[in-house]
Amino acid sequence: MGRVPNRVRGAPLPAGMVRLSAAPLPFASLMDTSAPLLSIRHVSKQYASHRALDDVSFDVPAGTIFGLLGPNGAGKTSLIRTITQITAPDAGEIWFRGERLNPSHISQIGYLPEERGLYKKMQVGEQLVYLARLKGLPKAEAVRRIQGWLDRLDFKGQAHKNVEDLSKGMQQKVQFIATVIHEPELLILDEPFSGFDPINANLIKDEILELRRRGTTIIFSTHRMESVEELCDHIALINRSRKVLDGPVKEIRNQFRSNTFVVSGTAPHPPILAHPDFEVIEQDRPAESRHEFRLVVRLLNGATPNTLLKFLLDRSPAQVTSLQELVPSINDIFIRTVREAETVGLEMRNEE
Amino acid sequence: MSKIALIFQREYLTRVRKKSFIVMTLLAPVLLAAVFAIPLLLASGDDDTITVRVLDEAGLVLPGLRAEPDPGSFRFEAATGSLPAAQAALKGHKNTVLLVVPAAIDPAQPTGVHLYTATTLGLGQPQRLEGMVRRQLEVQRLRRAGVAPEVVHPTHAVPFELVTSRLDRTDATDDGMAWILGYGGGFLIYMFIFIYGIQVMRGIIEEKTNRIVEVVISSVKPFELMMGKVLGIAAVGLTQFVLWVILSTTATSAVSSAFGLEKVALAKPSTEMRGPGVAAAAPTDAPADTPAKPALDPKKQATAELLGAFKSQNWPLLLAVFLFYFLGGYLLYAALFGAVGAAVDAETDAQQFMLPITLPLVLTFVVAQTVIIRNPDGPVAVWMSLIPFTSPIAMVLRLPFGGVPGWQLALSMALLVLGFVGTIWLAGRIYRIGILMYGKKPTYRELSKWLFYKG
Repeated sequence: MGRVPNRVRGAPLPAGMVRLSAAPLPFASLMDTSAPLLSIRHVSKQYASHRALDDVSFDVPAGTIFGLLGPNGAGKTSLIRTITQITAPDAGEIWFRGERLNPSHISQIGYLPEERGLYKKMQVGEQLVYLARLKGLPKAEAVRRIQGWLDRLDFKGQAHKNVEDLSKGMQQKVQFIATVIHEPELLILDEPFSGFDPINANLIKDEILELRRRGTTIIFSTHRMESVEELCDHIALINRSRKVLDGPVKEIRNQFRSNTFVVSGTAPHPPILAHPDFEVIEQDRPAESRHEFRLVVRLLNGATPNTLLKFLLDRSPAQVTSLQELVPSINDIFIRTVREAETVGLEMRNEE
Repeated sequence: MSKIALIFQREYLTRVRKKSFIVMTLLAPVLLAAVFAIPLLLASGDDDTITVRVLDEAGLVLPGLRAEPDPGSFRFEAATGSLPAAQAALKGHKNTVLLVVPAAIDPAQPTGVHLYTATTLGLGQPQRLEGMVRRQLEVQRLRRAGVAPEVVHPTHAVPFELVTSRLDRTDATDDGMAWILGYGGGFLIYMFIFIYGIQVMRGIIEEKTNRIVEVVISSVKPFELMMGKVLGIAAVGLTQFVLWVILSTTATSAVSSAFGLEKVALAKPSTEMRGPGVAAAAPTDAPADTPAKPALDPKKQATAELLGAFKSQNWPLLLAVFLFYFLGGYLLYAALFGAVGAAVDAETDAQQFMLPITLPLVLTFVVAQTVIIRNPDGPVAVWMSLIPFTSPIAMVLRLPFGGVPGWQLALSMALLVLGFVGTIWLAGRIYRIGILMYGKKPTYRELSKWLFYKG
């Protein structure tokens, strides 16, 4: 047990809605017709007394932006380090484009670690050439590409400056160029926007989208949800060393839909929904003087939004101005899932 | 190009181009030349000749002083007139002094010899003058006692030297020469391991604190990064060493020619050192400096002896063995320094882990100065020259003395190779975990656990 989260608050969700199995996603084929670029299969990693990864499995479809989510210390960085071959898993396999992950793939993976930096006393151009050559680019090709990037990101005459003499923002750009210079097929960005100022964060975001357009697969690890919905096609959520859910963002949000709607309008008295099919979760009057009301209603027993609307129009002199489904944000899903796991963990400990 | 070669290249070029490297490379030979020159400067004092006016009222010392075979910077002349007149005549004369030997002087118990100056004499000059006067009075005393001064005159003493011959070797050995070579070689290895071992450690700490290390090791294996750095810094050290030998040879020979041979020779009697002692006192370490030494010795015979000792050494063997231990010792220790760098976050945290590394190094060097030099074939020397942690210094020290059997040398070398393969393996295990650990000061127990982590 413990793998099936115990839904404590509200009515239970329809069964089978939360994906917990390691089996390939049925929806993956809807989103993307190609085989997964990266396939993580039953990966575990143990550090002394701490289990960093516990039987983690999921696929990263090619050409997508894949969000790797989880609270701090959940195991995201450990997982990334096994993908970048900095460490090896204790158990399990990682497949890259249908091959077992091996050192020849290093040149096809770009990695922006959360802990990042540059050689401060080295010139920008020289440093980029060095890092590109470590990824296996020939020198001439590295120089040519770096020139292109530096021109594009406004490094006028700064290529010969030492990194420590650049502004923070420029250093961040150098860091990004170093990550993508070898045009990797898989780009792994660990908290890419932390440490970047808003202007650069936006610039990086545009570059990320551009890279996806050109076919790069991007794994985007974060515990901050703001940018996830905007960027990610797929997500996997890791909590306490285990994957707790994964799949396309739209599907996951659909799974977490609870047939809940927000109705707002005006009525002299708040409409009372004493009906077995409607559960009022929230009710308030934003502006009482103008008889405004707002209701959050969960539909039960197969009721549809039309049933609700009809009921409202028939039974009360209400003007309905909007009816909208309340789809949970990834942030809500994240918090809910993590909290539930904590509750389960607590219960399990109590049982012991 | 392999990745180790790329890392090697970066480590080498960024270090060699650093201002501090260029300054140290240029400055060290200058400092060495200064160490060489300062005693000469102190010994010879002022460059100018000092005129000594001798008011020899007793008529005992002036002829002898004038005939002094090694007068140094002194030039003796007779003072005329009375004492006040001679004192008055001194005024305004730079580098002129008045030496008064009273008429009533008793050579057996000389008193009342007086030196008047209108200027400040160089360090040691009055003492030197005193010595010359004492010698003249001694001659007078002997003469009065009926002894021909030629018989016992110290300046006429026949130079004497004890020649040591080893029966197990055909050629004559010179322990002075062996001492210079052994001690100098050992000292160089000691310095090289310390300076560049710590550079390896600093470089790794820098990569860790810069947070670049994770970027780099997503492209290369941690072991490649460590080896590239260790080897790159070794090349920097060799470059510096070669430049130092070239520059210091040039600088020391420039200094000795600038001072001229007579001034150099002057330094000798004042320090009461003769023959091989002079060679030992010369502050030179590099074997390349030794050709300059025979030129310093005025005596042809001594020159020939030194040249003989120089030739008696098996240079190709010495040089090859020196280079082997120079690099082997460095690799062994640099790997350990690298492991320390990987385990800590800042240099200040490194102290506790440095001690067990530096201890055998310092210990060998201290023991080397006493036990090994005194008894180069004794049990302490033999054991220390076999154990990999102490052998780089101990073996280089023993070798010029000529008593190392072939099997010991071969065993020591083999053990050193095993030793550095071992420490590099050990360091590599600690390194790959340590560079990814931030903000935690590990204990020895944790370090030992890291050794057995997988991948």
